[in-house]
Amino acid sequence: MTSSEAPNPASSGSPDDAVVAVRDVHYAVDNRPIFSGANLMARRGRITAIMGPSGTGKTTLLRLITAQIQPDQGEVTVFGQNFAKLQSDEIYAVRKRMGMLFQNGALLTDMSVFENVAFPVREHTDLPESLVRTLVLTKLEAVGLRGATDLMPAELSGGMARRVALARAIVMDPEVLIYDEPFVGLDPISLGFILRLIKQMNVALGITSIVVSHDVQELSSIADDSYLLSDGKVIASGTPKELLASGNPAVRQFMTGGAEGPVRFQYPAPDYTTQLLSVEER
Amino acid sequence: MSNGRHHDILLQGARKFGSTALFLVQLLIQCVPAFGRPRLIVYQVYNTGARSLIIIMLAGLFVGMVLALQGFNLLQRFGSEESLGSAAAIGMLKELGPVVTALLFAGRAGTALTSEIGLMRATDQLVAMEIMAVNPLRYVAAPRFIGGLIAMPLLAAIFSVIGLYGAQLVGVQFLGVDQGAFWSQMQSAVSWHDVNQGFVKSLVFGLACSLIAVNEGYHAEPTAAGVGLATTRTVVASSVLTLLLDYVLTAAFL
Repeated sequence: MTSSEAPNPASSGSPDDAVVAVRDVHYAVDNRPIFSGANLMARRGRITAIMGPSGTGKTTLLRLITAQIQPDQGEVTVFGQNFAKLQSDEIYAVRKRMGMLFQNGALLTDMSVFENVAFPVREHTDLPESLVRTLVLTKLEAVGLRGATDLMPAELSGGMARRVALARAIVMDPEVLIYDEPFVGLDPISLGFILRLIKQMNVALGITSIVVSHDVQELSSIADDSYLLSDGKVIASGTPKELLASGNPAVRQFMTGGAEGPVRFQYPAPDYTTQLLSVEER
Repeated sequence: MSNGRHHDILLQGARKFGSTALFLVQLLIQCVPAFGRPRLIVYQVYNTGARSLIIIMLAGLFVGMVLALQGFNLLQRFGSEESLGSAAAIGMLKELGPVVTALLFAGRAGTALTSEIGLMRATDQLVAMEIMAVNPLRYVAAPRFIGGLIAMPLLAAIFSVIGLYGAQLVGVQFLGVDQGAFWSQMQSAVSWHDVNQGFVKSLVFGLACSLIAVNEGYHAEPTAAGVGLATTRTVVASSVLTLLLDYVLTAAFL
């Protein structure tokens, strides 16, 4: 377990095998800092968990890693390439090696399940139709939805949509796969399935995985490395076991789910009694 | 209104104009590769054009009929109701065709484009494309822009043709204007120049309305209220700009 002063790297290992590296990143929106010196890395062939309470910038971090936004200070490198120094077509070239699973699936609503999964293949390759079909059916079989090829996204349940999106994310065999809150709102069966799938893809295909979530239990069961974000910084990093055994009160509070602790649960508000008794203010 | 607010509104207007112009440049750059996927463009011509046909044809018919009714009433006073054909044709081809088509286009196709793209933004579909290394400007925005650009002159032409049929229906069939005089006067009074003016107008309106619709959708705030607001802005901005451009173009042609 490393402290907040030296949060990088997560566990022992050389920084050379870092596929995604975030170094001393500062980022602010309307002068409100989201990150002030965040450091983390995702190493090749491992599952890296990024955890943190809501509103700590987990989604912003994903936007930084996928070059949708650029940091105010510091650098984000993927496959050793610094996004800030790349032209837009070079950024697209890097993105072709990445896949991302969105929380809501983000399926293209005017296409069937089959066409959604086939979309990246058709856009980036000139493969014959028979091969596209085989490829798409293989990936849909992997997520258990080979029978749903003709359905439209509007006909899918939330869990199914996420599985289709996962099939789409892996159809081009990415080297890095990013999951944005993959467990939110899933029933226990779908959740177990997605959990096993993330692990399987990591073990069988060697895909480097980055999972952003606040589901501590689920993540701890599959993650190799984990980072805990709070107040714009990485406050703890290490294996899930190390995080669970941490002496840091903020880390303990998050890992065990306590409402009392250094991480404020209450949004800043005036004194309760004063506000209740006052007439004018709402 | 204070000076400061005037200043703010001016600044906002200038910013909007600048960002829209910048978006147009980005869009035009992406239009070149977008032609590599003609299927997407053809679909958008169908989506914005063919799907607006019924409302365009109905409106054209009624506008033509009213034009004939009013025109006949006026021309009768001077005993020159035979000129109805030429009056209706000039009015239709140069003004009413392009302008009313553009207004209807903004309401029918423009709002559909804005809300569709806005919802794609709100449901992360555009971001998902970015991550899949597909430029949404090329895949989503450019085909819709080009589709609108192609559809508008075609719709305006259909509007004018149906409108002239409506004028003929009321003028010749109902009010008894001589059929030969109606068509021959029209033929002698209308030149290619008039047709071209209408064509250029509809092309410019097509560009303005499609650009506004796509721009508003693409930059809509990704919420239900944001998409609703963007849709409203599309109708208001397209309509006002169409009428403004109509004046500018008419003045330029004269």
